[in-house]
Amino acid sequence: MSAPAAAPPLLDRTRAKRRAAWRRRGIVAAFMSPWIVGFTVFFGYPLVMTAYLSFTHYDLLSSPHWVGLANYRYLFTTDQTVWPAVRNTLWFIAIAVPLQVFFALGVAVMLSRARRGVGVFRTIFYLPALAPPVAATLGFVYLLNPATGPVNTILEKLGIQGPLWFDSPQWAKPSLTLLALWGIGNTMIIFLAAVLDVPQHLYESAELDGAGYFSRLWFVTLPTISPVILFAVVIGVIEGLQYFTQAYVAASVAGGSASYSAEAANALGYPEDSTLFYPVLLYQQGFRYFNMGYASAMAMLLLAVAFGLTFLIIRNSRRFVHYQAPGR
Amino acid sequence: MTSGAASLEGTGALVRRQPPVAVRRRRLLIAIADHSLLIATAIIFLLPFVFIVLTSLMTSHQALSPKLWPDPFAWHNYVEVFTKAPLWRYAFNTLIYGGLATLGLLVSSIPVAYALARLRWRGSHVAFLITLVAMMLPPQVTIVPVYVLFAKLHLVGSLWPLIIPNWFGDAFSIFLLRQFFLTIPEEYLDAARVDGCGEFRILTTVVLRLAKPAIAAVALFSFLFCFNDFFGPLLYTGESSQHWTLSLGLSQFRSLYQVQWNLVMAATVIVMAPVIVLFFLAQRAFVEGVTLTGVKG
Repeated sequence: MSAPAAAPPLLDRTRAKRRAAWRRRGIVAAFMSPWIVGFTVFFGYPLVMTAYLSFTHYDLLSSPHWVGLANYRYLFTTDQTVWPAVRNTLWFIAIAVPLQVFFALGVAVMLSRARRGVGVFRTIFYLPALAPPVAATLGFVYLLNPATGPVNTILEKLGIQGPLWFDSPQWAKPSLTLLALWGIGNTMIIFLAAVLDVPQHLYESAELDGAGYFSRLWFVTLPTISPVILFAVVIGVIEGLQYFTQAYVAASVAGGSASYSAEAANALGYPEDSTLFYPVLLYQQGFRYFNMGYASAMAMLLLAVAFGLTFLIIRNSRRFVHYQAPGR
Repeated sequence: MTSGAASLEGTGALVRRQPPVAVRRRRLLIAIADHSLLIATAIIFLLPFVFIVLTSLMTSHQALSPKLWPDPFAWHNYVEVFTKAPLWRYAFNTLIYGGLATLGLLVSSIPVAYALARLRWRGSHVAFLITLVAMMLPPQVTIVPVYVLFAKLHLVGSLWPLIIPNWFGDAFSIFLLRQFFLTIPEEYLDAARVDGCGEFRILTTVVLRLAKPAIAAVALFSFLFCFNDFFGPLLYTGESSQHWTLSLGLSQFRSLYQVQWNLVMAATVIVMAPVIVLFFLAQRAFVEGVTLTGVKG
């Protein structure tokens, strides 16, 4: 790497520079190649295809058959099951998600105050989030089994007549909410890290101003970690839009229907469509009835809602995404 | 100044002396009161596990009774459950899915994340934005054409539709790794460049070594995702039970074996156990990963 004795001719230098630029481009292309293929085949192409299929009738056996807006017309006006599904999903996003965030925050604040056994408590609160969703759902369907489940057994000993939980149209979604609250571990860990990250001097100056515990929580902790809370709400909403596994498993297990078979499709939403969430309905239409054109139309509606949310998040991300300075 | 330090030392000596019993008892009570809500919540969080394990040790008759404590302990449930359902087969399928998917995901996502984080090129911002959008959009939005694609390739009914997409980069992993790669000081990379390393050498030596915890977290999350995945296996292997994974097999268990709750719970424990063992073995990677998603993301 010694300095060249004489400057090379100008032409050579630009050629070398151009060659270096191409080399760099080649490196980038090589590194990005999995992404380029993957995002074309598994993201870009399917997005376009979904849009196209949503205007067709398609059952996988014969080729797609153009039907114009018929799927959308059916979706918005005729289909009796869409609105229960939309309502259920909105219910989950409006009630279960805020409860989860609130509860996770409460546990995190409690944990941040604990002086002994923080590690043990943190592990205990985190463990349920690790339980595989299918296993956790099965566990809860058993725990909340109206006749012989432990929860109703204990309630009975206390002189309370327990509800029918997963077998009752009114209680099925609250039961799923309980299951969701049990699994707040990830959110809780994120909140705990944020709460412990609040600069101590903020608390100290608030204390000098005569702030008590709750006003410190309200005026110092909450505003400081508000970006993280917003982040958790957003993630919760996105997950709420995709809520599938627990609803599917709870309905098929509590409904006691046959295994994977054509009739199992009828158990979806058990009882009385109360757990028929939008993704469950989409699955039923697309992959049980093979109304793939109609399922694509449903996917487009989901896309519109999800894209609106994603857009809002990315546009506002500067306000709530904090990149920590390296080396801090 | 000196007198202040001296008096501080004095109070330190005072504190170190054993306080009277009454004070100690009061302190303990305050600590319990302070932690009581925490302890109560912790017990509620643990109870589902306790009841699931207890039921898995009951006889099938007792599991249908209101009794909560197994009497006698039916340890043989854990043997019987393996004869009722091909759990080993499910576990093998899960390992194939999780192993191959995670391997492919790491091989493909690491260079992409590096290119997005540390190489300067036009379009990197757009590519990152697309990755973010892909990460946030529900998978249902693209699932119909992807399913059709795999159906045309005659791969529906096998594990391949679950594995193959992971070999072409996973949005969430790319995002996570990129966030971590951004924190690597530029001087390390420059030092390697001065030594004549190409970008590929820098990635495989310097970056991989520094990013070990993040890569471990991503691998762990990927494997857990596969282990927990229900939608994918249901969609692609639902009708070929020889390819069921543990999650899918477990979901069918009760309907196949009716109301033998004790066996269902034993199977549930068997599916939960590996994840929980994995957690205790790799606790640091977990916490690292979770906080990486939240605080730095």
